[in-house]
Amino acid sequence: MTLSFFDQFMSPTYLGIPLIALALSLPWILYPKPTTRWLNNRLITLQGWFINRFTQQIFQPLSLGGHKWATLLASLMLFLITLNMLGLLPYTFTPTTQLSLNMAFAVPLWLATVIIGMRNQPTHALGHLLPEGTPTLLIPVLIIIETISLFIRPLALGVRLTANLTAGHLLIQLIATAAFVLLPLMPTVAILTAVLLFLLTLLEVAVAMIQAYVFVLLLSLYLQENV
Amino acid sequence: MTSHNALSPFIPIIPCSKPSAPVKMADRQVSLAEKRLMDVKLNQLGAWLGGRDFTPNGILSAIRRGHDRYYNKYINVKKGGIGGVAMLLVGYVAISYLWEYDHISKKYTLAYRACFISLHSCHS
Repeated sequence: MTLSFFDQFMSPTYLGIPLIALALSLPWILYPKPTTRWLNNRLITLQGWFINRFTQQIFQPLSLGGHKWATLLASLMLFLITLNMLGLLPYTFTPTTQLSLNMAFAVPLWLATVIIGMRNQPTHALGHLLPEGTPTLLIPVLIIIETISLFIRPLALGVRLTANLTAGHLLIQLIATAAFVLLPLMPTVAILTAVLLFLLTLLEVAVAMIQAYVFVLLLSLYLQENV
Repeated sequence: MTSHNALSPFIPIIPCSKPSAPVKMADRQVSLAEKRLMDVKLNQLGAWLGGRDFTPNGILSAIRRGHDRYYNKYINVKKGGIGGVAMLLVGYVAISYLWEYDHISKKYTLAYRACFISLHSCHS
């Protein structure tokens, strides 16, 4: 019985095409290209406003060299937030629950920040391995600890996104099953469970947005250290 | 158009042929393969399908044309509301349901039947 709750994370195939292919291509359809008109339609105006605000927010603390990453990080944010929010619709598949996808985002981008730092300013990048003002005796231990924390960053980035979304979806399914099964037996408890389910869904909407934001924010922080 | 002013004898008569019926854009002759699906007669359906472009480029351009038609009709309007995007999302949910149908139907037969039986036996 418990195993069947994890079935939602295996994308089913239909005519040989897995559902993940449709789920991954949907964000492309939802965001139209801005036109050359002075006044666009409401959807493009909203989209442009959101992208501008987000890009200003993320790139304000970054130096000029980091601004080259603006397109990449803005499109990554848009992609992740769309995938997360679309996954909350019924019967849809969330690609970001797959660890493979999130690691595929996290590892190359983190590695790019590290390589940029090591290539352009190696002393400064290596200097991050030792915080200022540490007592002399602690230096070797701290360098080892900071190196481990550096290498764990991509793992943390990927697993954080996966775990949050997977846990949220599982909780929704469990509580929905509970409410559904309890309805003929104990209606009052079922109604309470339904209220809980409603609140949980609101939480999941928030989590979907926050997790996408955190992913991109941390990447911009790593970039800030290295640029 | 008849002019009844004093100058009328001096307006040159230009021979122009008026067609018996006004010509509209919809009367333009198009080949069968280029017609829209709703304009194809039933007995012409096979020939129409045979003439369509099913190469990857052709399919992509058909998707592009369909998307542009939907976008210009429902989203790229002066006071577009939530309806345009909402229809797209409902269509996406419907397609996902179709995709997952036999997966979900198995769940409802096996697991939940067992669950119902066990719960009912506890409380009865």
